[in-house]
Amino acid sequence: MTALPTRREEDWRYSDLKSLAEVWPEGAAAARSIDVAAGQTIALAERLAGADWQNEQVAVIVGTGGKLHLSIVQAGAASAVTTQLYTVTVADDAHARFDILNIGSRFGRVALDVTLGACATFELGGVILGRGQQTLEIVTTLGHVAPGATSRQTVRTVVDDRATGSFLGKVMVARDGQQTDAAQSVKALLLSRSATANAKPELEIFADDVKCAHGATVGELDAQALFYLASRGVGPAEAKALLTEAFIGDAALPEAMFDEAVAWLRGGT
Amino acid sequence: MLEINDLHATIGGKTILNGLTLRVGAGEVHAIMGPNGAGKSTLSYVLSGRAGYEVTGGTVTFEGRDLLALDAHERAAAGLFLGLQYPVEIPGVSNLTFLRTALNAQRRARGEAEASGAEFLKLVRTEADGFGLSMDMLKRAVNVGFSGGEKKRNEMVQMAVLAPKLAVLDETDSGLDIDALRVVADGINRGRSPARSTLLITHYQRLLDYVVPDFIHVLVGGRIVRSGGPELAHELERDGYVSMAA
Repeated sequence: MTALPTRREEDWRYSDLKSLAEVWPEGAAAARSIDVAAGQTIALAERLAGADWQNEQVAVIVGTGGKLHLSIVQAGAASAVTTQLYTVTVADDAHARFDILNIGSRFGRVALDVTLGACATFELGGVILGRGQQTLEIVTTLGHVAPGATSRQTVRTVVDDRATGSFLGKVMVARDGQQTDAAQSVKALLLSRSATANAKPELEIFADDVKCAHGATVGELDAQALFYLASRGVGPAEAKALLTEAFIGDAALPEAMFDEAVAWLRGGT
Repeated sequence: MLEINDLHATIGGKTILNGLTLRVGAGEVHAIMGPNGAGKSTLSYVLSGRAGYEVTGGTVTFEGRDLLALDAHERAAAGLFLGLQYPVEIPGVSNLTFLRTALNAQRRARGEAEASGAEFLKLVRTEADGFGLSMDMLKRAVNVGFSGGEKKRNEMVQMAVLAPKLAVLDETDSGLDIDALRVVADGINRGRSPARSTLLITHYQRLLDYVVPDFIHVLVGGRIVRSGGPELAHELERDGYVSMAA
């Protein structure tokens, strides 16, 4: 692990997998697929808990009018490397929601490459929690290639110690993607001054009748809110936990995932 | 109850409190009036233990304990309440969660049993009604989207639920319309008892028409320059602070 490039190197910071090839031979990615037939509704939960290097490419297809809710917890072992790529096709009038809790591994990356059909909808709720030396990323590329598709992405990152948490979100609206409605909200909270958060929203728009919103902030816990809580009798550890939980609450993760995140914040794993 | 002796405090190296001495007995209501920059808010922050305020001299004793040795949250558990001039907004944390966490943290610190959900809700509902805030508002995030008056009413609800022994109210009257002022004043009057002392910090005499204090102190240049009974407010209104400082 000592041979990892430093995070000062741009390739690493912006999560170019090629930079990893120097330290890990690029093994052939394991491939599998998730298919949702037209009109079908499916909810799935995945737990990525690799011990070494888990590198999967998952082809996800949601058929016309279908609905998929996929929950992903990246909880690899402390020394693990997890690089997961979901190639998602959401057909016309179909809906996909991804909830991602990126919490484990030394290097943990969950990438989504999404193509949206006409009037398709896509939602992402993402939470990245890193401490120690972890480098954790969520990388999304959304292709609004047909008219009338909607996408909503909300990602909250909390990093402590010397951890790095990054969200890279690219929204591409093709010439045919008129009436696209895309929104992206990215916020990061640094619990320590030595932690790093990167937020990189990217918009590439070739249509002329679209709505694309994006916002990104990186900050610390609000000192005024901490004092307000203290003045009402709430001790520092509990106040910090309360504010941090409220912060990740925006991502609207399913209850079980939120509870796991809270357990992590309150000092567990 | 509260004894402040020759208190000196600085912020960022600048002296704000300069030998302040004040004694508040159990059940008494004291008003502190003074011009802008006299050190009124600094006094409330020093008492409540906000970071950044350095005490360079003097002592503060609260019920026989050294108040300055306690952290902010310990002071609250000991029975001190600060009503803020500008209540803070906390997105994502509901008023009910905030208040319940606070109440139970204080009770735990005092070695008391925590309030059950039902007990807590009953307590809050009673007080919210009394201050004209709906339970729906209290389900919303702390002070987010509240008007100035609603924020101050919310401070009063918190005070009533937490039932402090000493309430320091920092310009709780500022930004209030007449109706809200009456509601707040009624609340302070309702809370008047031998078990609760109140320190009202204010610019204006207006609040003191509704809450008649036992004592009025004039704070100028970080010191109490004059003390007296309720009649002092009218003298101040007439002559201003300048004559007091002289």
